[in-house]
Amino acid sequence: MSEAFAQLPPLIASHVLLAAAALALALIVGLPLGLAASRRPRLAAIAVGSAGLVQTIPGLALLALFYPLLLALSALVGGGLPALGFLPALLALSLYALLPILRNVIAGLKGIDPAVLQAADAVGMTPGQKLRLVEAPLAAPVAMAGSRTAAVWTIGAATLATTVGYPSLGNPIFAGLQIERWDLVLAGCIAAAALALATDALLGLIERGIGARDRRRVLAGSILLLLGLALACLPLFAMPERKVTVGAKNFSEQFILARLIGGRLERAGYRVSYREGLGSAVAFRALQSGDIDVYVDYSGTLWTGAMGRTDTASRAAMLDGIGRWMAAGPHTALVGPLGFENAYALAVRPGSGIASIADLAARAPRLTLGADLEFLDRPEWRAIRDAYGLRFAATRAYSPTFMYRALQSGQADVISAFSSDGRVAADRLTILTDPKEAMPHYDALLLVSPARAHDAHFLSVLRPLTNAIRVEDMRTANYSVDRDRAKASPDQAAAWLDRRARH
Amino acid sequence: MPDAPALAYEQVSRRYAGVSAVDHVSLSIARGSFVALVGKSGSGKSTLLRLANRLDAPDEGRVLVDGQDIAHGDPIRLRRSIGYVFQNIGLFPHLSVAENIGIIPRLDGRPPVDVAAALERVGLSPDLASRLPAQLSGGQQQRVGIARALAGEGKLLLMDEPFAALDPVTRDTLGRTIRWLHDALGLTTILVTHDMAEALLLAERIVVMAQGRIVADATPAQMLGGQAGPDADALVAIPRAQAKRLSELAR
Repeated sequence: MSEAFAQLPPLIASHVLLAAAALALALIVGLPLGLAASRRPRLAAIAVGSAGLVQTIPGLALLALFYPLLLALSALVGGGLPALGFLPALLALSLYALLPILRNVIAGLKGIDPAVLQAADAVGMTPGQKLRLVEAPLAAPVAMAGSRTAAVWTIGAATLATTVGYPSLGNPIFAGLQIERWDLVLAGCIAAAALALATDALLGLIERGIGARDRRRVLAGSILLLLGLALACLPLFAMPERKVTVGAKNFSEQFILARLIGGRLERAGYRVSYREGLGSAVAFRALQSGDIDVYVDYSGTLWTGAMGRTDTASRAAMLDGIGRWMAAGPHTALVGPLGFENAYALAVRPGSGIASIADLAARAPRLTLGADLEFLDRPEWRAIRDAYGLRFAATRAYSPTFMYRALQSGQADVISAFSSDGRVAADRLTILTDPKEAMPHYDALLLVSPARAHDAHFLSVLRPLTNAIRVEDMRTANYSVDRDRAKASPDQAAAWLDRRARH
Repeated sequence: MPDAPALAYEQVSRRYAGVSAVDHVSLSIARGSFVALVGKSGSGKSTLLRLANRLDAPDEGRVLVDGQDIAHGDPIRLRRSIGYVFQNIGLFPHLSVAENIGIIPRLDGRPPVDVAAALERVGLSPDLASRLPAQLSGGQQQRVGIARALAGEGKLLLMDEPFAALDPVTRDTLGRTIRWLHDALGLTTILVTHDMAEALLLAERIVVMAQGRIVADATPAQMLGGQAGPDADALVAIPRAQAKRLSELAR
């Protein structure tokens, strides 16, 4: 547990920075908009309605929506706009925070006794004086309550920023969920909840101070809040200058390989940070835009995904094609294959009597397919489905960890397994053969960003990893992280794998 | 213009959604007079008052303060120079009594007022200066409202049903205070009320309004003498009948 908490400080710093910036932006927009809306009922209906609509979009989806939006915007202004990391997280969280602020500013202003407003006119206040001396102080307690709600929401929702590659307290939560390290999940949750509670308490103190016209309470709350903000952000100033970012998708193997790559880079003098939990499509674009410097992807994923190829090819032809495609288009570079494959494969429980996908096709209408979250949307699934005419009684999507549980417990009869997954061996699963060779190859490939494509020192650190990792070792490393008992951390598994590496 | 009337309406009309609240009213109020504007709810008396400091604007006609058409001046300056007291008091709930009283000089950037003197003038203890309005009784609040209206040092005091929210005893003592302030400070006072007895006891001129028009304009003696027309007689009849019944009961 203490190990889980030890990695939190820099995450708390970036989490707090993001939440504070999002709240500030929402206030900058929400206060004047609320003021204008309180005077124009039509504008109020439109503004509150739109903000309410945004609230109905799940937080994760809102964050995801900003990715293509910012990419398009970046293309429009000639590039340079980051589509991952801080910016999309900031925008999505600000939009989320807008509703409670807007609603309470309007309610606060509308709740002022009309007699008081009339008196303000009668004593000869200018509109500015009326706002400053009467409307703002009288609406402040209600508006403050809205900001408080917004702050608590923002701190909670900021954990989702992890999914667009911005480091937050969501990092240990999402990573922990994938590799079933509940201490990591708990550490992230406790830290996020503690931040939210502390912020809520301090804003509450300020709110009550405003309500009771007690300047000392307002001042004390504000000072403590600023101190807390400064304290939380302290680790940011200790951050090193020359750094690289290693990306990882959202499963154990990726976490382990990221730590393995990161470890080698650190020993070579680089300061390494990680962006983990990236979606499969997001990861390559993050590399392309330079948001991450290096990560591991799989030949089949690139072939059918980013390259849009529908044909299947031999391993050598794929590697050659990918290398040339990269140099020509995205300007990223292929350092080389790591030496093992993590292919999609269909797996069944031992003793099921099914040996190949062709056997499966006949019995599929009575069986349930358990798939990971992406598989059913992937061209590979369509390829084998169409090649073998697969029709299942039902299909269900799981996160990878829970998918194996589903097969064990009989909730699923067939799953979309991975050939390098330790659980295949541990659970003695049968991997179905692919007689029609409909599935493309999935060689693990080490990829670097355009900026690193010609960075000789950087490449010299990574090149020894080419063909260095055996599939058995990768399975063992994966299983050491995925198993239920005596789990290793991705760092420990990476260290073990590094010692087993050929180079 | 020293000999111009303190306040004059010239053929003033104000309509809301086609309905006349004030209908071609002409009225001239001499400097130093205490005039009561009497009428039922909806007779237009409050609207007429609101037109005097541009809380509302006429659709037709002119309003003159000290002989100047107020439509051509700065409404902010005008309002700061006219004391205005509301039926529902309208003290700023987040400001102390002292801050409420000092608001007009503060807005003007003038030196702060002598709050203790302002409180004593309206019959309140200077100890109340640091209280919030919610900590005062209704009568005390309205006295602060009057002190606030007078702190602008204007000579014209407009009062829109200032006693409406108060109990009878408070009404009576506050009425006396207002009359005393009017005389002591040399004010021109217009009191809007629906209570004829109050008007008869405080004012030296009573203007009766009905359906946006002036239907009677007389001194209290003329009113009681039945020389002010049928509308005035109807309003005077009520307190007269009450007084009669009370004296019969006392016998």
